[in-house]
Amino acid sequence: MEQFTGKVWVLGDDIDTDIIIPTEYLAMKTIEDMKQYGFSPLRPELAAKIGKGDIIVAGKNFGCGSSREQAPEVVKALGIRCVIARSFARIFFRNAINNGLLLMEQPDLYDDVAEGDQITVTVNQAVHYNGKNYPIASLPDNLVEILNAGGLVKAMRKRNGLEKEEDHGTDHY
Amino acid sequence: MGQTIIEKIIAHNIGAPSVKPGQIVTVQADRVMVDDIMMPFIVSKFNEMGFGKVWDPDKVVMIYDHLVPASQQDDVRHYQVGDRFAEKYGIRNVHRSDGICHQLMTEAGYVKPGDVVFGTDSHTTTYGCVGAFSTGIGYTEMAAILGTGTLWVKVPETIKVVIEGEMPEGVMSKDLILRLIGDLGADGATYRALEFSGPAVDAMSVASRMTMANMAIEAGAKCALFTPDAKTAEYCNVELDQFQKGLTGDADAVYERTMVYQAEELVPVMACPSQVDKIQEVRELEGTPIDQVFIGSCTNGRLEDLEAAARVLKGKKVAPFVKLVVTPASRKVYEDALKAGILKVLVEAGAILTHPGCGLCCGRTGGILSDGERVVATNNRNFLGRMGTSKVEIYLASPATAAACAAAGTITAERNVSYEGAQEGKDQCHAASGGSRHPL
Repeated sequence: MEQFTGKVWVLGDDIDTDIIIPTEYLAMKTIEDMKQYGFSPLRPELAAKIGKGDIIVAGKNFGCGSSREQAPEVVKALGIRCVIARSFARIFFRNAINNGLLLMEQPDLYDDVAEGDQITVTVNQAVHYNGKNYPIASLPDNLVEILNAGGLVKAMRKRNGLEKEEDHGTDHY
Repeated sequence: MGQTIIEKIIAHNIGAPSVKPGQIVTVQADRVMVDDIMMPFIVSKFNEMGFGKVWDPDKVVMIYDHLVPASQQDDVRHYQVGDRFAEKYGIRNVHRSDGICHQLMTEAGYVKPGDVVFGTDSHTTTYGCVGAFSTGIGYTEMAAILGTGTLWVKVPETIKVVIEGEMPEGVMSKDLILRLIGDLGADGATYRALEFSGPAVDAMSVASRMTMANMAIEAGAKCALFTPDAKTAEYCNVELDQFQKGLTGDADAVYERTMVYQAEELVPVMACPSQVDKIQEVRELEGTPIDQVFIGSCTNGRLEDLEAAARVLKGKKVAPFVKLVVTPASRKVYEDALKAGILKVLVEAGAILTHPGCGLCCGRTGGILSDGERVVATNNRNFLGRMGTSKVEIYLASPATAAACAAAGTITAERNVSYEGAQEGKDQCHAASGGSRHPL
């Protein structure tokens, strides 16, 4: 089972999509243009500090609010490896999976973990932190299929005969 | 075993006798809505996916609303990309300046009871007001639907919300839905359908139901459903068929839970900064000074909303230091309000009337606020930074409450109020009821 370790950024409950990327930046041409404004209403310094492979740990209802898919795309473009929250808003959840951004629901880690600490994730099994294991549930099969294809765009390319039947999964999942 | 409304709609769509919550199924879209902000992203994903044609161009509705008229030079690109896509794939339903997407989808007859509809905006839940299953999705999923006409969904559990009794004077459906969101919490209905029923709901206009379905997403709901009735049929200009008539929750349907409210106990409320579920009674906030009032949006920018505001403001003036921005939800609402004399009342009271569209609600145009300012607004979100800087305080309220606050220059639960010094004295206006019973 795939495993990775990363530095943690801790955010609160109800981190909405307007916080993740405010509406005024949504019409920028690319996600790369937008990403410097990620989380700016709440923590303007954060986007510049996030490094590749970092992990966001948050409270309940992460990604609530609008359907803007720029939100998970910005999170991914900032280098975030996965988001572990108590719960996710449903549109954000779908959008993240479709873009190959890994999300995990975990009820207890948020209370225990401190920003800047390192955690290790065993995908579909558990998060390891401070000698303790925090179990995580596995995803439904249809979502695993999309993640394994490398996101919904690649899954559709495959359907349309533009992508070979190869497994992109290990990159994303 | 009985079924809830959402179970009936999904089962009908996939041609199954019944479905169960938790089941993952692939549904056919009866209609999809694409808005201007997402347009370039959708087109780029659609091209990348390698589709040669749109599955059914007549089932696609493109609406430019967030960026109309352009407030930044780059906004124009969104219309250009959209127009080229529409031309290339034969999409004829394109609205370039007719109003907010969610208002137009029902108003222009694109959504019928029992339909399955997806849109690239979270407030797509609005069409539940006519008994349709509608929900927001991202642009990648929209691109896939444009190519395939299908989407996977998980059948949600249903929370039944019953409103007994009769709504009191001065209390609008906005107050009711805000109260419910406060009780549920911002994630209290996540992954679930809300199903509304009861005498107070039956007595409501389709517009008032629209306000409630619109805001269901603020409790995390996947969709919100009202049983289609005679008012729905008239609004949608259809005769309800057997399937549509049967879209009620069965007595033996299984609900995740049932919440019952007594309408007479409801009072005007506000969502306080910066969470939609942070609900307080307006009277608890009495006297809080304000800088601006916004009446508009897909939540509360319809004729009955403008009428409720006009009834409060008739013969009064907006407090001198307050800017009252009024943004009709659609061109039709604008025209109807003009004909009814509502706009005259508002303008004479000192309102700034803007073009139909999303306006200030999405924080790009029409009255952006700055540090330390406080706004009372009738839209659906008061998130940090939504209408300007992150140091703006946004209070969400009904149009009647918002209008009264504009006159008073402070948050107020009173309706017959004026800012001292601006009062003309002679015209006594009584509390707005939120309906359309009293001509101006």
